[in-house]
Amino acid sequence: MQPVNSYVLSATGIDKIFPGARALNGVDFSLRRGEVHALLGENGAGKSTLVKCLTGAYRRDGGRILLDGADIDPQSTLEAQNLGIGTVYQEVNLLPNLTVAENLFLGRQPKRFGLIDTREMNRRARALLAEYELDIDVTAELAAYSVAVQQVVAIARAVDLSGKVLILDEPTASLDAHEVAMLFRIVRRLRERGLGIVFITHFLEQVYDLSDRITVLRNGQLVGTRETADLPRRDLIAMMLGRELVEEVATEHAAKAADGEVRFRFRGFGRKGHIEPFDLDVRAGEVVGIAGLLGSGRTETAEILFGAERADSGTAETAGRALDLSSPRAAIREKFGFCPEDRKVDGIVGDLSVRENIALALQARRGWARPISRAEQDRLADQYIKALDIRTSDREKPIKLLSGGNQQKAILARWLATNPDFLILDEPTRGIDVGAHAEIIRLIESLCEKGMSLIVISSELEELVAYSHRVIVLRDRAHVAELVGEEVTTAGIVEAIAASASAGRADA
Amino acid sequence: MTSTLKAYAIRLFPQVAALVVILLMVSFAFPDFFRLEMQNGRLYGSLIDILNRGAPVALLAIGMTVVIATKGIDLSVGAVMAICGAVAAACITSGYGLVGTLLVTLGTGILCGLWNGVLVAVLDIQPIIATLVLMVAGRGIAQLITEGAILTFNDPGLIFIGSGSLLGLPMPVVIWLVFGLVVSLVVRRTALGMLIEALGVNRRASMLSGVSTGVLLIAAYVLCGLCAAIAGIIAAADIRGADANNAGLWLELDAILAVVVGGNSLLGGRFSIAASLLGALIIQSVNTGILLSGFPPEFNLIIKAAIIVLILVIQSPRAQSAFVFLSRSQGAAPAKTEEEAK
Repeated sequence: MQPVNSYVLSATGIDKIFPGARALNGVDFSLRRGEVHALLGENGAGKSTLVKCLTGAYRRDGGRILLDGADIDPQSTLEAQNLGIGTVYQEVNLLPNLTVAENLFLGRQPKRFGLIDTREMNRRARALLAEYELDIDVTAELAAYSVAVQQVVAIARAVDLSGKVLILDEPTASLDAHEVAMLFRIVRRLRERGLGIVFITHFLEQVYDLSDRITVLRNGQLVGTRETADLPRRDLIAMMLGRELVEEVATEHAAKAADGEVRFRFRGFGRKGHIEPFDLDVRAGEVVGIAGLLGSGRTETAEILFGAERADSGTAETAGRALDLSSPRAAIREKFGFCPEDRKVDGIVGDLSVRENIALALQARRGWARPISRAEQDRLADQYIKALDIRTSDREKPIKLLSGGNQQKAILARWLATNPDFLILDEPTRGIDVGAHAEIIRLIESLCEKGMSLIVISSELEELVAYSHRVIVLRDRAHVAELVGEEVTTAGIVEAIAASASAGRADA
Repeated sequence: MTSTLKAYAIRLFPQVAALVVILLMVSFAFPDFFRLEMQNGRLYGSLIDILNRGAPVALLAIGMTVVIATKGIDLSVGAVMAICGAVAAACITSGYGLVGTLLVTLGTGILCGLWNGVLVAVLDIQPIIATLVLMVAGRGIAQLITEGAILTFNDPGLIFIGSGSLLGLPMPVVIWLVFGLVVSLVVRRTALGMLIEALGVNRRASMLSGVSTGVLLIAAYVLCGLCAAIAGIIAAADIRGADANNAGLWLELDAILAVVVGGNSLLGGRFSIAASLLGALIIQSVNTGILLSGFPPEFNLIIKAAIIVLILVIQSPRAQSAFVFLSRSQGAAPAKTEEEAK
């Protein structure tokens, strides 16, 4: 146990309850002076909720927060800021239409005779930024500079205002390698000055590059806090994904690797800035799983296969003929289907009925001039409501009133109604209840038996192992490994995700 | 089929009820209100007058309904009316003949719609800004065409469109009734209606489901431009001249109001053209009713605003849920209900 005063910030037993969900459950978190502490976890693990409790954006429902050994209870981010906790978000929360200096001193501009002393403000701004080796025109609008520079300005403001704790919420998400290096230099210097820095990111490389300790959250609970040096990458991933590596062998895996003809062949398929070119073969009646951490390029792969983002390199063909995947419409004509990850934004058409949502893709493919008759729509809707056990009082209910799992089943029905050859499912089981979960997995297996080709993206590794014939592993927006047959185990997938970057990127 | 009819009746009930109440109120102040006379094979009377005067807004409301269903809005329709009126007058006076004039004018309206549609669908500009461009520039274009003067004409064919009659009804009434019916049928008998509603509710999800969202969006604005062109021809034919400054002035706002009074959401999605047409009639009934009732003209706009606020309040979700609440508690506390009704 460290002496208490080496901790600048320590939170114990933090609870946060939202209606219907426990977002944080007795989480402990402590931050030393002069350390970079990485806060990790998959989406929905509770990272941002914890940060928001620390910074006063949320009121916590239980637990203590000590800053410099004294109890604090920030009611607002402003109060937390004044106490010494500053936050910099991924989306820079400054005012792009004001000058750099104005942004730095907003709300506390130096005044002379009651008026803002712009010259003094600019002088101080220059002095402040000089500490960060940033020599820019502080009288120019903030928007004129790159995100990286804006990020540094935001950090400078936060540190100048607060100066004890700095929380960086995914600061590197939109930066390139060079800018990340610059940012890290600054963070290291702040660490030397004795600040406690919380660093949230999805990039494990950066975690190992920068952090001293790591705290992992999962499902609102603390998994553990470790010294970075003592935590091998594969153990970290196991902590994040919550798999007990030793026991997880592929006993339930249907290892009958499909050996039919390759039906869809992608070569050098990719799009700059989205996903590195990859090769992919998919057979009839085969489920290809896609695994990888968040931000590794899973959804990007799905979008490019479906034409939601147009590929700028490579070829796609089926039965010796080139596939037109230039738009979702074109892909649907090739009998492709795509259940997107973000059901609410990309999937459901909320105000329309379950019936219309099921008929939508089929109707779009037939064209507006050949309407599906109402009787046919009713038949289609009833058929899938029954087949997929969609729980709704009737088919005319607006789909937004259904539960997540039933919405997901209705979207699946939308695609099944088009009788696709190739179906892409992006996180088909996310955020749905256990019963619907099992039904969707059974559905995937039965579709595959009927000869459909499926691509399934999931962060549930056990699930992937259960139904995939092959698993493609993604890292840093590139396909880095392919596991076939006996290799498809949760341990194998974790191993492949964790393999060091240098091994994965031989050409880099 | 009967369930569809029933759904239709439920949907249109508030608009029909509002219209009936307003007409009854006017008839108290003006007893001759419901009288119809047949003269020279044409019906005359206040009701016919409402149908006739309401023609431009009714036509605009047809296109506006579809555009609003796509989560858009078209502020330029008034200006497009002015442009098309000016084009019609310019064509007919330079001897294009009636058919040529009508074709060029309708083509102009379609072109205006195409411009708006491309700005919205291709360049992804917010509809309110995209159509503001033509709203401002349009009147200038119309003034350029008429060279600042009121361009008059006396071609009997064109004038017939504004003041002739067919089957006892004034031409403008026939035109908006037929056009409204045709558009409603095309939209509901094909899959267009559903695809437009899907696009309006969730454009990205519709796109990912294979709906040609871009084409549909442009088509909606083109329809709106076409409606404005027809309205522009009627307005010009009515006064036998093109007035670039005043033709269609502020009518875009009346058209939007008609759509809203028709119970269509400005957030897009579900729409009913019939309800919007009833909305247009409600607005025109209020206008005509105030004039007939002999209120001093300076009160007109204020009374109109008050009536419309009342209709909108009655339609608002909060008021709806309050009605449900009141009707449930009526048995328990009648005194309170009465008090609140005041």
